[in-house]
Amino acid sequence: MTTTVETGADVRTFRIEVPEEKLDDLRRRIEATRWPSKELVDDRSQGVQLATIKALADYWTSEYDFGRIAERLNGLPQSTTEIDGVEIHFIHVRSEHDDAMPLIMTHGWPGSVIELLDSVGPLTDPTAHGGGAEDAFHLVLPSLPGYGFSGEPTELGWGVGRTAQAWAELMRRLGYTRYVAQGGDVGALVTDAMGRQGPDGLVGIHINLLTAALAIADQLPSDADEERAALDALATFRASGFGYFLEQATRPQTIGYALLDSPVALAAWMLDHDTDSYYKISRAFVDGQPTGNLTRDHILDNITLYWLTGTGTSAARAYWESGREQAQAAGQAPPPVSVPVGFTTFPGEVVPAPRSWVQAVYPTLSYFNAVDTGGHFAAWEEPELFSDEIRAAFKSLGHERRSS
Amino acid sequence: MSTTVETATEIRTFRVDIPQEQLDDLRRRIEATRWPTKELVDDRSQGVQLATLKALADYWATDYDWRKAEAKLNALPQFMTEIDGVEIHFIHVRSPHEDAMPLIMTHGWPGSVTELLDTVGPLTDPTAHGGKAEDAFHLVLPSLPGYGFSGEPTELGWELGRTARAWAELMLRLGYTRYVAQGGDVGAGVTDAMGRQAPEGLIGIHTNLLVPALGGVMPTNTDEERAAAAQIATFRQSGNGYFVEMATRPQTIGYALLDSPVALAAWMIDHDTDSYYKISRAFVDDEPVGNLTRDHILDDITTYWLTGTGTSAARSYWEAYGPDAPAAGVQPPPPSQIPVGFTTFPGEIWRTPRSWVDNSYPNVIYFNEVDRGGHFAAWEEPELFSTEIRAAFKSLR
Repeated sequence: MTTTVETGADVRTFRIEVPEEKLDDLRRRIEATRWPSKELVDDRSQGVQLATIKALADYWTSEYDFGRIAERLNGLPQSTTEIDGVEIHFIHVRSEHDDAMPLIMTHGWPGSVIELLDSVGPLTDPTAHGGGAEDAFHLVLPSLPGYGFSGEPTELGWGVGRTAQAWAELMRRLGYTRYVAQGGDVGALVTDAMGRQGPDGLVGIHINLLTAALAIADQLPSDADEERAALDALATFRASGFGYFLEQATRPQTIGYALLDSPVALAAWMLDHDTDSYYKISRAFVDGQPTGNLTRDHILDNITLYWLTGTGTSAARAYWESGREQAQAAGQAPPPVSVPVGFTTFPGEVVPAPRSWVQAVYPTLSYFNAVDTGGHFAAWEEPELFSDEIRAAFKSLGHERRSS
Repeated sequence: MSTTVETATEIRTFRVDIPQEQLDDLRRRIEATRWPTKELVDDRSQGVQLATLKALADYWATDYDWRKAEAKLNALPQFMTEIDGVEIHFIHVRSPHEDAMPLIMTHGWPGSVTELLDTVGPLTDPTAHGGKAEDAFHLVLPSLPGYGFSGEPTELGWELGRTARAWAELMLRLGYTRYVAQGGDVGAGVTDAMGRQAPEGLIGIHTNLLVPALGGVMPTNTDEERAAAAQIATFRQSGNGYFVEMATRPQTIGYALLDSPVALAAWMIDHDTDSYYKISRAFVDDEPVGNLTRDHILDDITTYWLTGTGTSAARSYWEAYGPDAPAAGVQPPPPSQIPVGFTTFPGEIWRTPRSWVDNSYPNVIYFNEVDRGGHFAAWEEPELFSTEIRAAFKSLR
């Protein structure tokens, strides 16, 4: 399903080729779906609604172009390189502006590099997207271990800390001695870990999910309206929104059988993330009304990628590893982030983080902004706005670019 | 898939008759399974192990014979009756001993009436199973709403209390004016609710899962109390993913449970640690523990598959335990003075101390801890289980 060409000892170019029989099998399975009865509520409170997933399945088999993924990914320079025993797939787009800032940006779950593709243009070629040459980045988009076209870990221990170390190694291998890192969702965990590890060359990070809020919610300020609203959002998530999280953190193999064997089970499991993105995606399929860049095709690019790579289980195992990593670190305060931290709060996020919370988690906060559109999949949903935020967050580090 | 014959306006006889094409489709799907890679651990800590599920799937697609399960069900008198808008399927075996005590016994999740079938002989015909005529029961085994051959609720509100009221109505319809009730797992929840509602005619209950321990604080003064509390804590930390998912997003996991046989099987055998390893050994090593044989496990899983009830069964958790359900936050009524019997099986998720039972119910008439059996006590050890039921209700005859 893929071809690799040796280009050096360590880093090989990579292209995707999807055999037609895999696509035929996928279509057959979708068409043979055995459906349950309709949920008994009029909202998402029992899970992904039957009308939504049926509309998704219809579009998937009838109108969706299965050639899209190969076309989109092969249009960008892709490579693989083995780091710490796992083959890492990554997209690497160098800006035409030589003094661009190197940026490693990490996707989350249930995402993949697909969610970051539409920020490639604005970030690497800003002058074509309303920015100045000084806004340019050399962009590195790795697939997390066990996700997409990266290999699956074959041994225990791939928590986010190990991935963060691998990313530092990747940037070193690419010859970047001065770079920044960005991430949301699981990517935020990896980026946070990089900030705490402080590898040589890392000069700043930007994050759009305050993952630490989960662990220290009782220590965060709760006086202002937005702080109370954030606590309420967190309580709702804990009461009814984290079944997927708990299952993946405790029994990834069990849910994994569903994610490999049934396309609609995979699609449902992936859609049933946060409330905001669920309804946006549901509207895209049921009403044909996408929000921003969260179109039917983009959603299915990502789900189809999970299906074709058969990585639902290995991606779920990453949650198990994170849970284990946190249990092992229980009671120990993590080392602080010493580099400057930028943070953007998107209003539809699971917990829209108030500035006070971000400041409490990151004393080196150098940039904060709360924007007015976008949600959990900020880069995916609003690639232009997201790119503006990345530019603004790292601008203060820009005067040092030319000296590097 | 089934035939019903009118015998009265309210209660119809029922037989299971699955069309061959459904069985062929099931076999095709099992054989076409797309498998994930192997888990990275040597135990169940990442979930159902690949070798276990592959052994199960192999046996399911080759040696397993659903028709035997169907024959076993059809050898018993089965009925359907509509109660409160839902078709309720039940097995009703009257003892040859006329003065037998009527008993309504309720299965749990991921169970069905299948888990109770091997108690039918000992309970209804004790003289053939080492007991006496005065041990006899008239046995009623209903399928929970949304489970097995019962209908799916089509409206909200089927929490445990509503099912408990339906069971009282069922016993009334069957003409039983003096009866007892028993259950484990979800069946314990229903039976506990019946005890609290104390419908006319109910004179005692027995459970083998202490429902109040999941909702309230139990004493932790003795070693065995602390050990039980620690077991509950372990369950809450790493063992209740299935529970939370079904209580919050039954529809989402439901797509997997209807569309993929191996996903359904994995979800169902990933229950408690004790039963998981017993079932795993039955398939991988062909060494069943007690009555938890490969065929019996697959009778249950295949029932879920053929009836397509994985989703509706999961919804019952949403109704009973979910934060968005109509019953959320509603406290159950206090326990009544109805006599309560309890048996602790050692492999249960937590090993209930007698003090916890006394702490939960004001009128405990029977407690025993036996030396074998686990969460699926009636299924795994039908003879021992039946002995406990006889002993628990002896004083109420």
